[in-house]
Amino acid sequence: MRAALFVTCVNDALYPRTGVAVVRLLERLGVTVDFPAAQSCCGQPQYNTGHRYETEPLLRRTARAFAGHAHVVTPSGSCAAMLREHYPRIGRKAAEEGRGGELADLAAELAPRVYELTEFLVDVLGVTDVGAYFPHTVTYHPSCHGLRALGLGERPRRLLAAVRGLDLVELPGAEECCGFGGTFALKNPDVSAAMGTDKADRAAATGAEVLCGADNSCLAHLDGLLRRTGSPLRTLHLAEILAATEDEGPPR
Amino acid sequence: MPAFPPFPEAARQAVGDGVLRANLRHATHTIRDKRARAVAELADWDRLRAAGKAVKDHTLRHLDHYLVQLEEAVTAAGGTVHWAVDADEANRIVTALVLATGEREVVKVKSMATQEIGLNEALAAAGIAAYETDLAELIVQLGHDRPSHILVPAIHRNRAEIRDIFRTEMGRWGRPAPEGLGDDPRELAEAARLHLREKFLRAKVAVSGANFMVAETGTLVVFESEGNGRMCLTLPETLISVVGIEKVVPTFRDLEVFLQTLPRSSTAERMNPYTTLWTGTTEGDGPAAFHLVLLDNGRTDTLADATGRQALRCIRCSACLNVCPVYERAGGHAYGSVHPGPIGAILSPQLRGTASAIDASLPYASTLCGACYEVCPVAIDIPEVLVHLRERIAQGGPVTRNGVRVRIRPARGHTAERAAMRAARLLLDHPGALSTATRLLARARRLRPRRLPGPGRAWTDTRELPELPAESFRAWWTRERGTPR
Ligand code: SF4
Repeated sequence: MRAALFVTCVNDALYPRTGVAVVRLLERLGVTVDFPAAQSCCGQPQYNTGHRYETEPLLRRTARAFAGHAHVVTPSGSCAAMLREHYPRIGRKAAEEGRGGELADLAAELAPRVYELTEFLVDVLGVTDVGAYFPHTVTYHPSCHGLRALGLGERPRRLLAAVRGLDLVELPGAEECCGFGGTFALKNPDVSAAMGTDKADRAAATGAEVLCGADNSCLAHLDGLLRRTGSPLRTLHLAEILAATEDEGPPR
Repeated sequence: MPAFPPFPEAARQAVGDGVLRANLRHATHTIRDKRARAVAELADWDRLRAAGKAVKDHTLRHLDHYLVQLEEAVTAAGGTVHWAVDADEANRIVTALVLATGEREVVKVKSMATQEIGLNEALAAAGIAAYETDLAELIVQLGHDRPSHILVPAIHRNRAEIRDIFRTEMGRWGRPAPEGLGDDPRELAEAARLHLREKFLRAKVAVSGANFMVAETGTLVVFESEGNGRMCLTLPETLISVVGIEKVVPTFRDLEVFLQTLPRSSTAERMNPYTTLWTGTTEGDGPAAFHLVLLDNGRTDTLADATGRQALRCIRCSACLNVCPVYERAGGHAYGSVHPGPIGAILSPQLRGTASAIDASLPYASTLCGACYEVCPVAIDIPEVLVHLRERIAQGGPVTRNGVRVRIRPARGHTAERAAMRAARLLLDHPGALSTATRLLARARRLRPRRLPGPGRAWTDTRELPELPAESFRAWWTRERGTPR
């Protein structure tokens, strides 16, 4: 099995540990990982802020970078949703506006090959026990795009539940948005922080040591709030927990 | 229309108001949990949702046909139909109709359409007093306040606040509140009942909206919980209904779907306590004169937009408000519109246009979390429309205004953002330059400031910045695996 990693711009620049964890995890499961150099940002920040034209070159770039790869895996529900849900929309609109069908074709060709990490593990590789060891109390926040746009359902929790040593505690109000929302965090900082604070408080009240998620953007927002208040709760991407083993510990 | 501050500003005040946040939190969480249980009882919810969407889409596609059919049916049943292109025209029509009866007061059934056009204010200017009879609307009216929720306009008020409003204000409008009124809900409801009864028995003219209009029979329908609407719809001599043109459905049978989905979505009840249907006039039964004012006010323009038109499917159940985490913190007033919450964020900028600061800020009043789409009983993809409207604001685009197709320019204040987005895209579209940038960033990691200037301040005011890693993923891969393919 081969898979191409779409690491996402946020992970590339700010959370390389997550990318490294995905590589270690997939290789441990017998997957050969490719990392196409031409990849970049998926264009979601631009698209969601209303700058659709600016996303078109990035759609073209992403689709071309991953052409010929049967499985494109990404550790971000939100970027997966961009490639799978919104690229076809952007392509369709470009065609409607008389700018040819190239983007639509590129999007249609790419979309069905895109997998969020937990989908790839559970649906394609057919594993829930990935052989991880992580002796900590963990609570899981399902980010909205993974939850609603992709319908990840129980996949992340099933993967976590199979980790040895891990004590999974339920997060009350788990399905409520953390308030990050991309540029929403900058355009509506007060509401964003209020939502995030409620989420962070509920996570802290579970008594967990680690707040886990599958989208580093949401985690960056929550982590920023937690650290500002000096909370001992730390945030960690799901991939890093799944990559952790008895011998190695979490990757760094 | 008063000038409302843009959403982020209005929301900031609400976020800082502890009582308001507690009131909203309590109310929305209670109703959202009940709704989820009421919906879960129906095994065919998804099919009902699809059916509701299909009925509305079909009607909207053939709206011209069904509206003409409706007009014929209403006329044949003894009613009179008036067409109003905008709020001013609708207000002029209603005012003239009331004045023609010789009356100087009207009782009102809770209606979004009359709020949208500011009817009460227009009537007041003509010397006509309009009395709201819905309990929550009464609270809002007596409190000199604005509604903050579609279904529960006084959701932002708690019991103690309501008691105070009743005590000080009821007497100025009619029967005063009973001596020593407490804040027990039953006591409050009884006070309102006595106050309102006097008005029902006196009123000769009533003004209503409608949840649905049936084209084949000319029947109008109101769903309600308290029965005050039914009093207004049956006791007065003249009934004037102001209804948005999108409220029509083709046949009586189509109501079947909405009779199931609307109450469950809005009040979390299997069936609303009162459903009143009226068709024209009947000798010796109900109002002797019936007028229907069909309101456009931006609806046909909205219909011209292929993505945005789905907002017209809305049946005003308010489920999207109750699940919206942004609404919960910001409150209804922050939306500067009679339609608050997620539906308001997509409806108001379409009905009113995006020229004002508040309307240009509304499509950004969402994290795009998708909870609103998930609960909507007519499957309006609110996040899709939000992004579509953001495009209109950020990069301009075609819109229809008063029936004319025009291209609008990007909204003011978005120039800097456009430049930043373009710069970011240029960088992101050149991975070589991008990796240089991340390398430089990594080298500067020790200089990381605690507070950022410019728009970044919005982040660092409340949150820490992420730690910068020593090397990017790309750099790690190259070090470990050689040049990426
Ligand atoms: S948009 Fe949907 S959920 Fe919101 S009020 Fe309208 S019908 Fe109800």
